[in-house]
Amino acid sequence: MVSALLEKYRDKKLATKIVSAIQELIPNRHVKFVHVCGSHEQTITRFGLRSLLPDNLEVFSGPGCPVCCTPAAEIDEAIELARQGILITTFGDMFRVPSTKNTLAGTKTDGADVRIVYSVADAVEIACRNPKQEVVHVAIGFETTAPSIAAEVLRGPPENFSLLICHRLIPPAMEFLLASGETNIDGFICPGHVSTVIGSKPYEPLSEDYKVPQVIAGFEPVDVLLGIWILLKQLRDGRHEVEIEYTRSVRPEGNVVAQEKMREVFEVVDKRWRGFPVVPKSAFELRQEFENYDARKKFGVQVKDSVEFAKGCRCGEVLRGVIYPSECPLFGKACTQEHPIGPCAVTSEGACNVAMRHGKF
Amino acid sequence: MCLAIPGKVLKIEGQVAAVDFGGARREVKLDLLRNVHEGDYVLVHAGYAIQVLDEAMAKEILSSWEEVTRGEGGA
Repeated sequence: MVSALLEKYRDKKLATKIVSAIQELIPNRHVKFVHVCGSHEQTITRFGLRSLLPDNLEVFSGPGCPVCCTPAAEIDEAIELARQGILITTFGDMFRVPSTKNTLAGTKTDGADVRIVYSVADAVEIACRNPKQEVVHVAIGFETTAPSIAAEVLRGPPENFSLLICHRLIPPAMEFLLASGETNIDGFICPGHVSTVIGSKPYEPLSEDYKVPQVIAGFEPVDVLLGIWILLKQLRDGRHEVEIEYTRSVRPEGNVVAQEKMREVFEVVDKRWRGFPVVPKSAFELRQEFENYDARKKFGVQVKDSVEFAKGCRCGEVLRGVIYPSECPLFGKACTQEHPIGPCAVTSEGACNVAMRHGKF
Repeated sequence: MCLAIPGKVLKIEGQVAAVDFGGARREVKLDLLRNVHEGDYVLVHAGYAIQVLDEAMAKEILSSWEEVTRGEGGA
């Protein structure tokens, strides 16, 4: 039943109609929309949607890949813990992301025990099966992933389990982009699964304060095209609101249970992002009552002299939606999928990686 | 990273469901939802169901967008 429904969202005829409607709505000036989700970038590039859009309409990728946005210092912390003999678990996306001198994959090759898990629940199970072994899960991800970590903390994992919290929050990063003025945004395509959790309300202040149209879109080609059409319609009408296109999953109030669990377990703090300075109220930390599960406090891990980007790497500007991946001098030359130099070239949701796999540059 | 896959809830035991993803069956935790029932379609991310999908709403919105885009150039 679900697949039959999704087929409609890949319907070529419907997509063609929406493209015509977009052509009719496009204003006589340059328009720049930014999305903040690696899955949106995959849909846009894989289905060649940019080639269907008017020349004066650009869609840039923003900070939508959480492993790309995780500062080198936090990956260095994970690597340091692994080198100390702690069993590290992480999601597959993080495994090959280059940090200051190494990756978690390279640390494993050097003899450390680093394992890829599908869910934090798998990491807890590893800790249960190895009671004498300290296990640290590298908890990366946006608001989509953080609730599963909160739920697992509330389930009460064993004493030998702890978390290196690297979670980041999307709306504060969007506000940073708007406030910086560097990115010149005419509209945001908001992420579908982050919004499934947080709902549409957290984006509303951005539309009010910065007069920017926003749409929460799904991940099929028709979803994204409809999202673009909705943004253009808001521009034409002089409106700036948060509209939901991805109604099969996103409710205005979001997932209230997930939000409650996140509030119970985490507090919101200011933190740096890779490619960004400190972004106010943009990250999670475990609340004091759960500090037994905080790997930073448990092991007092300290790293210094972390380096975010190799010389010449322009991932920071890619992550801030300022340039396309192909504008980086290393793209596809020194930096490839096989030998990635910057974080955006590594994971399947990094903008450079997506462009190398599916794009025409 | 925020990838989430829809699947059908076959069976619920406590806070864990058996979910069918087009033939592949996996255990999924239900801690993040209230009122999930067997037969529902849920959206699953990293082993946890994060939403019950609303198919009726999805169909309705598609047909209404079709109407509008067919209209006066998206007016």
